[in-house]
Formats: sequence, structure tokens, C-alpha cells
Amino acid sequence: MIRGADIVVRSLIAENAKHIFGYPGGAIMPVYDALYDYSDQIRHVLTRHEQGAIHAAQGYARVSGQVGVALATSGPGATNLITGLADAMIDSTPLVCITGQVAAHLLGTDAFQETDVVGISMPVTKWNIQVRRAEDIAPAIAKGFHIARSGRPGPVLIDITKNAQTEAGEFNYVPCLSIRSYRPYFEIKKDEVQKAAELIKAAQRPYVLYGQGVVIGKAEAELKAFLDKTGIPAACTLLGSGAISEEHPSYVGKLGMHGNYAPNMLTNHCDVLIAIGMRFDDRVTGDLKRYAKQAKVVHLELDPAEINKNVFADAPVLGDCKQSLSMLTEAVEINSHDEWLSRFKELELLEKESVIANDLSPTKVGLTMGEVIRFINQYKADDAILVTDVGQHQMIAWRYFDYKTSKTQVTSGGLGTMGFALPAALGAQMYDYSRQVICVVGDGGIQMTIQELGTIMQTKAPVKVVLLNNNFLGMVRQWQQMFFDRRYSFTELDNPDFIKLAEAYSIKASKVSVRDGLSEAVADMFLHDGPYFLEVVVEKEDNVFPMIATGCSVEEVRLS
Amino acid sequence: MNRYTILIYTENFIGILNRITIIFTRRGINIDALTASESRLDGIHKITIECAVTEEQIIQLVKQIEKITDVIKAYYFMDTEVVYQEIALYKLPIDSLDASLEKVIRQYNAHIIAAEKEFVVIEFTGHKEDTQALLETLKPYNLLEFSRSGRVAIAKPRFSVSEYLNNQTL
Ligand SMILES: Cc1ncc(C[n+]2csc(CCOP(=O)(O)OP(=O)(O)O)c2C)c(N)n1
Repeated sequence: MIRGADIVVRSLIAENAKHIFGYPGGAIMPVYDALYDYSDQIRHVLTRHEQGAIHAAQGYARVSGQVGVALATSGPGATNLITGLADAMIDSTPLVCITGQVAAHLLGTDAFQETDVVGISMPVTKWNIQVRRAEDIAPAIAKGFHIARSGRPGPVLIDITKNAQTEAGEFNYVPCLSIRSYRPYFEIKKDEVQKAAELIKAAQRPYVLYGQGVVIGKAEAELKAFLDKTGIPAACTLLGSGAISEEHPSYVGKLGMHGNYAPNMLTNHCDVLIAIGMRFDDRVTGDLKRYAKQAKVVHLELDPAEINKNVFADAPVLGDCKQSLSMLTEAVEINSHDEWLSRFKELELLEKESVIANDLSPTKVGLTMGEVIRFINQYKADDAILVTDVGQHQMIAWRYFDYKTSKTQVTSGGLGTMGFALPAALGAQMYDYSRQVICVVGDGGIQMTIQELGTIMQTKAPVKVVLLNNNFLGMVRQWQQMFFDRRYSFTELDNPDFIKLAEAYSIKASKVSVRDGLSEAVADMFLHDGPYFLEVVVEKEDNVFPMIATGCSVEEVRLS
Repeated sequence: MNRYTILIYTENFIGILNRITIIFTRRGINIDALTASESRLDGIHKITIECAVTEEQIIQLVKQIEKITDVIKAYYFMDTEVVYQEIALYKLPIDSLDASLEKVIRQYNAHIIAAEKEFVVIEFTGHKEDTQALLETLKPYNLLEFSRSGRVAIAKPRFSVSEYLNNQTL
């Protein structure tokens, strides 16, 4: 018999968790006490806020493909996890979050720091449970890990009462391999693949849209093989970026509100749309009533609830896309679509002339976000990880970052959580100190979780923070300019001296406001051994284009 | 909009009903009636939900319900595909129990299931239209209280949850 708190830690070790991110407090103290004894086997990272802990766990999970683990106390500790849970839920990120809870006999009495976190987190977890006895801890953790990582991944929350942590129980860790009520995978139906293959074979202008499902399903090679064989143009969603190299001849760009011109425009000109591991988010589709109505739709998807949710699929293929893609590749014929591809290239030229040239090599005085990314590309390593926050810088960094390999992109896609980047970058870096982790963040978003500079200081995680400072909540300001008559209502920021702030955390920092020296500053950042904070003061009122305004059709994508 | 009956087979875990109802809440869909009880199978609960939605909505609702980890299987049916009943109880003052009321009870094939010093309780089982009709009839008799259950239902098409469980290749 061992103490419940030891069961918690040993279960995590049994699940091969190497890092956990957390913040202590009364109801979780026994677990913290246990962690003290296992610090050689599992590394706990003390963040400065529970939101930081869960975003760090998300960053860790996204680059590692493993389950991220976060730890928090009851009450406010637990409620501080909610944003991260919602974020992980919508972006299918595998997490196991463990929260302390008041002792079982106090449940329902409004005891100090009691909150119904199981109730609160229900809509934003894939599964959650409250454990009130020591012997139930290990089975709950085993089940939690299985649910978090299998099928369409997602966050799990396990709430453990304090008495369960202090009481003793048998420990015999049995991994959970199946649950009778839960079907994470489906056998792929050959006739579904066949039907999809027929549509693709008959297509004149087929078009592939791929999303994060390819990354989660580790189907990058299968996607490449499919595109190699068929020569079909392919565009990615925000979270699908990096799944195939952007140098692949089939790659035509990015989808959605601030994606590329051609991929959006030509969605309404293809005859067969092949969606792979993506869920037709409204930021991708624009007005659904005018979305790809001319096309037959093939949808390779693991989650049955995503099929026909937003876009009707003429040929759905339910199942893991790693498998269905290779079956599909087998069933289709070698082909090429040069003429159709050239239409993408033509429109790309238009975007290059009217948007990209000015973004990347501006002639005006003020610095653009785009040119900063251009210099990052120049000096970064091939496998560098880009972590972004939410706003204009996120879209610009996504548009111009040179994705060379999979799992090099970490951003809050579905929820759009400002404050995500700094802690997520820390988490990504904890997974691998030898990889470059570049955190591109806005002056608004960084101040939502800026306290995590303290965690970077303490862990010495060599995160490269690039603050693109426009002294505005830029994305909101852009909307105010475009849709609210330039009425800049509460979007301008009086900012602190970020350099002093970074230096207060003993992080080496520098600031650039003019073009001269930008290149060197970026180069210096990468040369520095350890965390680095680079502030670039950019043009205050630049806008991100192309843009599909809310409610517009993909064909109404604007270049200015 | 159609009237649908959803039959849900779940593990008997705390909170499962909550997980199911928030799927409706989030989409602004009203649950017209809900009942929960043990099923024929040990440890498996059966939840019956009645709601009025479009076909697209019901498909999405049932998929979302099935996605819940602790839900074993969920099915939806049109009214023509289920045999269903609701039970209603009517409380009336004892002095309204006269020959005419007894006639009503006989006509409806309802039953007096409790008679106390001050009141009687009448039980009647049927579809909502039937129990509603009796309610209207009883109102002039000084009806004191009325209570109606959610629908309980058995599907006409053959399906077997135990077979489904056995076939799960785990
Ligand atoms: C937590 C949160 N609050 C509000 C928003 C709405 N929002 C989206 S982008 C944005 C502005 C972001 O400004 P900044 O971080 O400076 O980045 P920029 O757009 O200037 O690059 C806001 C307020 C959000 N996405 N998340």
C-alpha cells in the first residue's frame, strides 16, 4: 500500500510522462510532496499561473505528439485551467490535467477553495472524473491517458480529493487499452475508399485541403505519396501547416480568412474537393451557402461527428487518414494536373505583386511584420518551431514562415486564445532544448501571460521571443478600420518598457525600430545561447491581406 | 421540424446525464421530456429523450451524444418507429368523486390508485394527446394537481446493444 499522492506520481511515470507543468496549493499539496521524491524521474515545471501551466502542456503535446500533463490545486487553480482546456478541446490536443479537490467529506459544503471543476469543465473536456479514493487513482489516470491520446485527441481532467491523496491504496499500474463504451477508431470501409477513388479518378480539377488531422494521425508521408501520385493541388489549414513541405509541387498555399488568394478563390472552381483531417471551420469556409457548391466532396475524417457537420460529403471515408490515405493512393491512378495547377500559380502572382512584395520587402519607412519573418526564415534552423499568439502577427507569421517539417507550428487555432504563445513556447522548448523555438507574439497578447518570463528565467529554456509591437490590439484595430469607420475604440495600448521588463527577468533583450540593423538583430538572437527577447517596433496601422471578411464567400477574398 | 425519440445506452457513471444535456443546451435545443432508468442489461442505463428538431439537427445531436466516452450507443427514431407511453397522475378532492367522474374514469380506462380522506389520485397511461385530453376533462372537477412523466419508449426496428457490445473488437 502506498499513499494516493505517490500513486498519482507513479502513475504519471508509468505513462512515461517526462514533464509536468503546474502550480501548487492546499488541495494538491500531497502530490507536490510526492513529486519531491521523484524529481529524478519526472520533471515538474513551476509556471507563474495555471493558465501558463496548461498552455505549456499544450505546447509540449503539440510538438511531441505525446500527452501533455498539467497540475493545479482546487478552486481558483482549477478554474484557471479552463481556457486551456477549451483551447485543447477545439484543437484536439491530448492533455491530462490533474486538479486537487477538497476532502470528500467536504464536497458540496462550500468548503474553502471548493469548486465544482468537474461540472465547470464538462463542456471543454473529452472526459473528466472525480476520484475520491486512493485505489481509484491509478485506473482513472490510465483511462485518462488512453482517452486523451486515442482517436481524436483531447483534454482530460481528473479531479482528486485531498483525502484520496493522503490515504493509502494498492498500486499496480495497469495501462488502459480499451473502454467498452468508447470507439476511437473505425475500420475503414473499402467501398467508401472505392467511391472516393472513383470521384477522384473522374475529376478534372480535384483539390486537396488538408488539416491538423494529417499531423495528429502521423500521415505526412501518406499525404505526400498521394499527392506525388495524383499531382493534385493541395492547400492547408492553419493547423495543417507543415504537414507537407511547402516546396512540394502540389502545394499551393493556405486556406481561410487570411490564407492565400488562389487557394481560397479556386475552392469555388474545383470539381472534386478532397478534405483530409480538417473540419471545415468557418474561418476556412466563409459563407457556407456559397462554399464549393459546384464540387463533389470527399472527406477523410476520423471523427464521425465531423462528417456532414458543416459541408455535406458525397464520399465520406471514416477512419484514420494514415490508413485511408494509403488505401486511396493505391486505388487512384498516376496523374498530373498541370493546367489546373497553373491557375493557382497565375493567381499567386497577383497576390505576390499586390500583397506579398510589400509585406516582405517594403519600401515605406516603417517596419512590417512580414520582413521580420523573412529574416527569421533566413537565420532559423530547418526544424525550428514557430509558436504564435493570436492576431495580425499570427496570420503574418503563418503566411510567411518557412515550414520545412511537420510539427513545427504551435498556435491557438480554434479558440484563438491570446496569451497562448509565451507559455506554449516554453512547453515546446521543454520537450527539446536542442530545437529552436521561436515565439512570435503581439504586444497585446504577451501581456496576458507575460508572467511566464519568470518561468523562462527559472528554467533557462532558450526560447526566442519575438515581440512584434504595433502599440495596438492590431487585429481588432484592423477590423475597426475596415468595418467600423476607423473608430479605434479602446485598442491603442500604452505599453511598458518591454526591454527593461525582459531584463528584469535576466533575459537578454534588444529592440529594433528601423530597418537598418533588423537583420543583425535577428541573427544575434539566434546566435545567443539561452532565452532571448527581441522587440521589433512595427508599423502601427498595417493590415493583413488577403482577407475574406466575415459572412463573405471564399471567392470574395480581397487583396486590399 | 419533426418529433424524435432518442434512446441512449450509457455506462452508469456520475455526470453522464449532464454531459448529454449540455449538448442540447449549447445548441439552444429544448428537451421536451427525459427519462432515465436501468436497462435490461446489468450496469447499463437507458436514457430516453424526446425533442422536436430538424433531421439535420437530430443526426448531429446523436453523433455528438455517441461521441461521449461513456455513451455506449445512441439511436433516434420518428414517432412511427417507436412504441411509447407516458404516465399521468391526477389529484382531485374526494368530494368531486361522483357518478359522472366515475364514468369519465371508466371511459378513459383510467384507474384510481389512491383514495385518502381528502383526495383521490387517478392514474392514466397513454400518449400525450390522451393524457392531455383527460386533463382537460378533469379540470371542471376541481383538479388539484397533475403530473406527467417523460416518454418511455421501445424501438420497433430490431437492434441489440448487447450484441453491439459483444461485437466490439477491442
Ligand atoms: C483572450 C482573448 N481576448 C480577446 C481576443 C480578441 N482579439 C483577437 S486578436 C486581438 C488583438 C491582438 O493584439 P496583439 O496581441 O497586439 O497582436 P496584433 O494583432 O497586434 O498582432 C484581440 C483583442 C482574443 N482572441 N483572445
